[in-house]
Amino acid sequence: MMSPAHYLFLSLALFMIGCIGVVTRRNVIVVLMSIELILNAVNINLVLFSRVFGDVAGQVFALFIIADAAAEAAVGLGIIIAFFRNRETLLADEMDLLKW
Amino acid sequence: MNATLQALLQFLQTWWVELVCGVVIVAVVPLIAGYVVLVERKLMADMQARLGPMRVGPHGLLQPIADAVKLLIKEDIIPRDSDALIFWFAPVISMVAALTSMGALYFGPSFRVAQGINIGILFVIGVSSLGFLGIILGGWASNSHYSIIGAIRSTAQLVSYETAGGLAIIAALLLAGTLRISAIVDAQAEQRVWFIFLAPVGFFIYLVASIAETNRAPFDLPEAESELVAGYMTEYSGFRWALYFLGEYANMIVVASVATTLFLGGWLRPFPNVHWLNWLDGLPPLIIALAGIYSIYRAGKQPVWVQSWFMWAVAFACFAVAAIFAAPIAFAPLRFALPGLNGAFWFLVKVSAYIYVFMWLRFTLPRYRFDQLMHLGWYILIPLAIVNVFSVGVAMLLESEFGWNRWLALIITTAFTLAVSVYLVHLHDKRAVMASTGRGVISDSYAG
Amino acid sequence: MLDSVLFYFFAGVAVLSAALMVTRRNAVHSAVFLITTLLATAGIFLQLRAEFLFIAQIILYVGGIMVLFIFVIMLVRLDVALHHIRFRMQRFVAVLVALALAFEVTVIVLLAGKLPGGGLFVQGAAPADKLPPNTEELAKSLFSSYLLPFEIASVLLLVAMVGAVVMAKNRRRGDAS
Repeated sequence: MMSPAHYLFLSLALFMIGCIGVVTRRNVIVVLMSIELILNAVNINLVLFSRVFGDVAGQVFALFIIADAAAEAAVGLGIIIAFFRNRETLLADEMDLLKW
Repeated sequence: MNATLQALLQFLQTWWVELVCGVVIVAVVPLIAGYVVLVERKLMADMQARLGPMRVGPHGLLQPIADAVKLLIKEDIIPRDSDALIFWFAPVISMVAALTSMGALYFGPSFRVAQGINIGILFVIGVSSLGFLGIILGGWASNSHYSIIGAIRSTAQLVSYETAGGLAIIAALLLAGTLRISAIVDAQAEQRVWFIFLAPVGFFIYLVASIAETNRAPFDLPEAESELVAGYMTEYSGFRWALYFLGEYANMIVVASVATTLFLGGWLRPFPNVHWLNWLDGLPPLIIALAGIYSIYRAGKQPVWVQSWFMWAVAFACFAVAAIFAAPIAFAPLRFALPGLNGAFWFLVKVSAYIYVFMWLRFTLPRYRFDQLMHLGWYILIPLAIVNVFSVGVAMLLESEFGWNRWLALIITTAFTLAVSVYLVHLHDKRAVMASTGRGVISDSYAG
Repeated sequence: MLDSVLFYFFAGVAVLSAALMVTRRNAVHSAVFLITTLLATAGIFLQLRAEFLFIAQIILYVGGIMVLFIFVIMLVRLDVALHHIRFRMQRFVAVLVALALAFEVTVIVLLAGKLPGGGLFVQGAAPADKLPPNTEELAKSLFSSYLLPFEIASVLLLVAMVGAVVMAKNRRRGDAS
């Protein structure tokens, strides 16, 4: 394996791109996908340090994060579908029911 | 520059076997898949009391080549409003998924692309399940109603039955104790019996799930011609369609290989390691010689002299192959090749038998309607697979903790699983009766 | 040598696909690029000798979560979204914040050399052939030390499944509740 710094930079790059995606995009489905990207970046970090320290706990936690991401994607998409049925829009700008 | 050249040479030196075997897989599997199509057409013809393709080449043997040439020279049509990039890419994904998953399978002792990996079976199943991407992206990119409905139905079916198949495999994996393919077959050799006898319910569930996963009849609603005009493949013509088709047949080969490895003993002969049955090692040349004798018998019955000459050629080829198989038995210095040759023979026979069962079911059973299909997958197969995992686990626990005989424990737990399956089928029948007679309300778990 | 070639290949594919993913107008294209990013990440896992996580990523993330995304994208009408501006006004702020974060982490990584042990550029790992088999280790850990989180994750998945189905289900017409 390369030195840990390489993987840290990769994880950082993915995290950055994910953050930009979450904050910037209007389409909520793309926002959800960017969140998945952020979770992946964190996974890379965890697996890296699990390899560096020889402790498998990092991989166990990464597995839990994958399971959690699945649950969150399912619920998030369910919410999006329910909202879309009501409001016919997918843009985050137009989901402003609580705006006063 | 010199360093990279050195590194490249070293890479080639270490990995040349894997690279060559990879190239062989990519080159040979489409050809084999083409001939599997021919076998299917011949079998279909035989079960329908006719002859099948007979014109192109002797007994239709050059039919796949003719089909390939025809598909290659066809006009490449791309629908106008389709997404060109994804339209181009989708069949490639389907084919790549099937071929990559073949990399982890054992076809022979020194044929290796990725055989040593620790997660063997999981790799094969996981990567071959990526084929759904080719289906749904192709259906979407075609920009046509039939395509997208077919793609969504096909993907839903694939995902449902993949769960059932994965759970069914766990039964065999519990008995083997490892995910590595060679170790699974070694476990079967060690226990002197194929896992199909120890976990028959798991095998049956995997059989049904694999038929659904490869979109074969009776689960072929998404691509049946009378239903959806070939479903997600509607807008594909020429070689793109051929890629999808070949991907489907390659997937069939992969699924048959997985079932063979896990349940049918891989490259082991029947009753492996049972010493008083060691004479069974002489079966392969015997079987091939019998096939040759049958060809000679048929040669006399052919109407045209060309065909009877062809049958004599087939018989001669059979005897030559039988001689090759018998050589290690007869000549002691060639004894080292015996496990490899026999292993390849048994593996091929088992994979062929499994695919034969696929084809047999295709020509015999009527098609499932889509809601019946989903009901079968979610309401019957998945609960049954879960109960099967539980019962095999209990059997292994009884054997290891309480010292029961393995066979006794497995028979009792299999009886329990079969009782559960009878109950599930009974529930299904009750539902079907209520739906068809319209009497009573089907109690839906969500709608009440 | 092979290690670094593989790393740069997978890392390059991952970052490139991620960048493409957040900039596509078409949501299906974004989903396809997310799939390539996830596959590249799985490759990174494999390179870090986490083979079970590699295949878990492929089966669960690509074969499960991305199916979900692609289904939803296709079942929800998208021609409405295609004609709008893609990015909001905050994109400048977002990029600025991201760059600040990147700068911060880079400084930390580079200055880590001052820490005892030589820092992150030097710290290595156990040689690969002495590693215990990954799946067995993971299973042992998962079912002994981390059994409670495992069970909680099962309950979480069950709750998420039920919740998603309830939320996305079609209400029957004339259903007053």
